[in-house]
Amino acid sequence: MIDTIVTPLLKIAILLNAVLVAVTFLVLMERKVIAWTQSRLGPMRVGPHGILQALADPIKLILKEDITPAKADKWVFTLAPIMSLVPALVVFAVIPFGADPLYYVSDINVGLLFIISMTSIGVYGIILGGWASNSKYPLLASLRASAQLVSYEIAVTMTLVSMIVTAGSLSLVEIVEAQREAGVWFGFIQPVALGLIFIGGLAETNRVPFDLPEAETELTGGFHTEYSGMRFSLFFLAEYANIIVISAIVVIMFFGGWMRPFPNVEVLSFLDLIPSWIWFVMKIFVFLYVFIWIRATFPRYRYDQLMGLGWKVLMPIAIGNLVVTAIVKVLL
Amino acid sequence: MVEAIAFYTLAALILGLAILVITARSAVHSALFLVVDFFFVAVMYVSLGAEFVAVIQILVYAGGIVVLYLFVVMLVSLKREPEQHADTRRLKFQGMLLAGVVLLELVGIGAYAAARDSAPVVARVAVDIPVQGGNTEQLGWVLYTDYLIPFELASILLLVAMVGAIVLAKRSLD
Repeated sequence: MIDTIVTPLLKIAILLNAVLVAVTFLVLMERKVIAWTQSRLGPMRVGPHGILQALADPIKLILKEDITPAKADKWVFTLAPIMSLVPALVVFAVIPFGADPLYYVSDINVGLLFIISMTSIGVYGIILGGWASNSKYPLLASLRASAQLVSYEIAVTMTLVSMIVTAGSLSLVEIVEAQREAGVWFGFIQPVALGLIFIGGLAETNRVPFDLPEAETELTGGFHTEYSGMRFSLFFLAEYANIIVISAIVVIMFFGGWMRPFPNVEVLSFLDLIPSWIWFVMKIFVFLYVFIWIRATFPRYRYDQLMGLGWKVLMPIAIGNLVVTAIVKVLL
Repeated sequence: MVEAIAFYTLAALILGLAILVITARSAVHSALFLVVDFFFVAVMYVSLGAEFVAVIQILVYAGGIVVLYLFVVMLVSLKREPEQHADTRRLKFQGMLLAGVVLLELVGIGAYAAARDSAPVVARVAVDIPVQGGNTEQLGWVLYTDYLIPFELASILLLVAMVGAIVLAKRSLD
């Protein structure tokens, strides 16, 4: 009873709260890092160095008026933010924060496929939100988003297949253990795949330079133009949760997940004093920083360049990488 | 007992949602019900122990194909009222006829399965290969050995469809 119901529920509750709190601070981190990149200070008023801005923003968003446009499809308009956020949070169920079963909610044997399928569900939030608003800019944005996400999903999935071939498993726990056995992080074996997944991850999360679905200079905000208050913030929570998910996938697949650097070297075993989940979170933060860094420095792609990059560059490389990986795997 | 309750609840949900798909007034609502329906079908696969098929069901159908449906539905105008058919009696008759044919087909399949009374293919295969870490390995094994030719034929069919679609689209552009 305790093992089957109470412990998992407790873990889920802790994990969900941790992710949502992390998202609010991620927004603050993004504003700060971009400000520093541009020689500004960023939020400074709320708390020391603006640290309490992360609490002020959610309160503001909850208190704001929630408007539904008169001509909107009410049901779908309400459903869209939910369909955007839920898949982004469900994914955390299979992400392992440590080798011990205490550190993950579940280790299903198709973990990686589960993540891919859940992220492919997330696109509904954007498509439906844009359509249900019954307004031209959101509709344009959602058409762009669906085309973009469907295109990049293929390249990302192809690349993940080559990683599955490398690791020999679909379970995220076993993929990390495979890196311990190989004695090297897969990021060094599969640098091409790492690049592809990182670029694809930027596109899947609608981040700069692939943020066409919410290009504010062209679309007055994109698919969430008509949304306000808490429903708007649900879209934002989903977007930032997805960034954390992509960073976690990159860390698990390419940088040894929860393991300390050089897990097979005895001399460095004092590093085990730091618990595995802290290693994992630290590695994730490195990639969150890279995400923000890219946003601060890159201009946006033009739409045809974006589609051309996805179909004519990333996809052939992904397929070629898969073929080469399979051949090497058979030969060794 | 628990399995039977789960099965009938799921079956009722799947069929009920399927009815909602065809009765919904708005095409977008139809597509949404279809997505939820696919989810419950995936749950059915999980209850049968086929996790791989369940996840692929969500990935391909809910995550891929219905997205493309929605894409098309959003591009066509949905503001128009449904057309008034001149001869509703004939339409109703045709519908009844089609429903009858489908019912006959279902009964035929059921009768054939009952008459043959053989163990399902999956159960036969599961004996040969050791079960380790779910049935993903087994599925891959069977797909590339016993069912290699049907599998390759299906891929060629998809390739032909893809080339055909590109040719059609190109001709209208030039």
